[in-house]
Amino acid sequence: MTSPPLTSAGFERRSLYLDRSLRRNRFNLVFTIIAAVFASIAVAPLFLVIIYVLYEGFQTLSPELFTQLPPPPGLEGGGIGNAIIGTIIVTLIAALIAIPVGVGGGVYLSEYSTGGWFAQFVRFGNDVLAGVPSIISGVFVYGIVVATRIFFEQSYSAMAGGIALAILMLPTVIKTTDEGLKLVPQEMRWGAIGVGASKFVTTTQVVLPAAFTPIATGVVLAIARAAGETAPLIFTALFSPFWPDGIFNPIATMSVLIFNFAIMPYEAQNELAWGASFILVIMILAANLLARWLSNLSKV
Amino acid sequence: MTSSLTQPPDDREAFTLRRRPASEKLVDTGFRNLTIAMASLVAVILLGIILTIVMGAREAMATFGLGFLTTSAWDPVNESYGALVAIYGTLVTALLSLLIAVPLGVGTAIFITEDLIPLAFREAIGLMVELLAAIPSVVLGLWAIFVMEPTIRPVLELLHRLLGWLPLFSTNPQGPGTAPAVLILVVMILPIITAISRDALRQVPIELRQGAYGIGTTRWGAIFNIILPAAISAIIGGVMLALGRAMGETMAVTMIIGNSLNFSFSLLAPGNTIASMLANQFGEADGIQVSALMYAAVILMILTFVVNIMAQWVVRKLSLRY
Repeated sequence: MTSPPLTSAGFERRSLYLDRSLRRNRFNLVFTIIAAVFASIAVAPLFLVIIYVLYEGFQTLSPELFTQLPPPPGLEGGGIGNAIIGTIIVTLIAALIAIPVGVGGGVYLSEYSTGGWFAQFVRFGNDVLAGVPSIISGVFVYGIVVATRIFFEQSYSAMAGGIALAILMLPTVIKTTDEGLKLVPQEMRWGAIGVGASKFVTTTQVVLPAAFTPIATGVVLAIARAAGETAPLIFTALFSPFWPDGIFNPIATMSVLIFNFAIMPYEAQNELAWGASFILVIMILAANLLARWLSNLSKV
Repeated sequence: MTSSLTQPPDDREAFTLRRRPASEKLVDTGFRNLTIAMASLVAVILLGIILTIVMGAREAMATFGLGFLTTSAWDPVNESYGALVAIYGTLVTALLSLLIAVPLGVGTAIFITEDLIPLAFREAIGLMVELLAAIPSVVLGLWAIFVMEPTIRPVLELLHRLLGWLPLFSTNPQGPGTAPAVLILVVMILPIITAISRDALRQVPIELRQGAYGIGTTRWGAIFNIILPAAISAIIGGVMLALGRAMGETMAVTMIIGNSLNFSFSLLAPGNTIASMLANQFGEADGIQVSALMYAAVILMILTFVVNIMAQWVVRKLSLRY
């Protein structure tokens, strides 16, 4: 290329073709490569964790894993049947508390509040509650439920664990309900009121069903998160090497089992921890894909 | 006019107007009050958490005072407690993990919002980062103990040999320690930073990009000079949310940090955080140790409250108006 002649206006005449040797184009390329490397590093842990959990967990899969109790330290074999049932029970308790309360709170924020100080305070409090570390929720439930022995003189119980998890689920459910209801067209409310429905009927028969998919998405995600939580359970639901015995006794959960068995120096226990991780990860990934499918459903 | 409403003329089709029965009104107000009660429960829980923990900590606050923050003794035998090790560990692990996760997360967010590669790949990367956020912390902890820590130990040993004269690398890595805890925290907060940065970058108006490209800048010229400055407030908000999450994160850190009660500057030595101290000791503590742990919980709560409220404030006040 010959050196470009100057025009009268003092501008250089340059080729419009991309010249890769220019400093700014080299700079551009370098940063594109850096971003690509960063993105690969960000994705790598997922693959490494999932592949390893699937690989280790798959080896422990057997019918006994689902049907037997964990062995005493030092012995071989056994399963995590009690922990699987326990996780289901505790998560169910949490969902039964958090879903009605969360949907009710969301309905208030979206349908009844007029943006006054109370609604602003609830929205702000909800955001703050969402940021409260999960272990703090465990300490709180320990203080009000476990230490006071409020339920039939029982201290550690599945119920206490369920309440601790419900506190963690609540902000997500309120937020998704609030935002899901806001997406419902105002005309549907007017239409329902116009044909003579009361506010209660409008909300429960027209508005809530219309917002079903966004609310269900939020609820599924909240349940998936709660099922994997450990910190609020270690001193509320505690652990139990036996089959669940009612909801007012200590109960085994998969997440606490992983924590307890991971730091034990026994091979059999470590293997059961991998088995529990396998089941937990599969359940949670399935719930996340279900939530994703639900939210795509509402877009169509 | 009122009479024509109650007694419609005969020649027209009659509208039947009905009075709302008392039961319907009762259901209406009842439902309204129920939702108000449920919404107030958020405030009740929040206040309950603060009250329970502060009341539980009163005894330790009276005994140890502010010296609790600056002494490192944690001695159940002599009933003398100080949270310096845990506070130092909480701040160091959270800040160091941010230092690594922010460039990675924002870089990934840029990579999947700009059209550098086909949309399908970008969406796949976004989905994978979201799924990473869904993996339970305790599973990441298990993976950290059995896979990550043994893998990175040679690297940490090399660091100790080359940079051992620095206080930060002055001890030989023995297994669990602060450095592996920082790395697992990076894995945990990376999805938050990526997701929030991606949303922030997507909301930058298309006109700003078009304007930048129109006057002839390169892609990265536009990113650094136009797009990032426009999205910076939301990104900072996301980074602060991630900081709050990193400080409160419990399980994965507890499993890999070593839970040492002795103070050490070294990142390669076992350390402790407030959250992991709570997870380890709360179940077996009694007497003033419970109160001391509650005191530590108060500190953790104040730290996360301040960070979360600042995050909300940053997003609300500093966002650019286009």
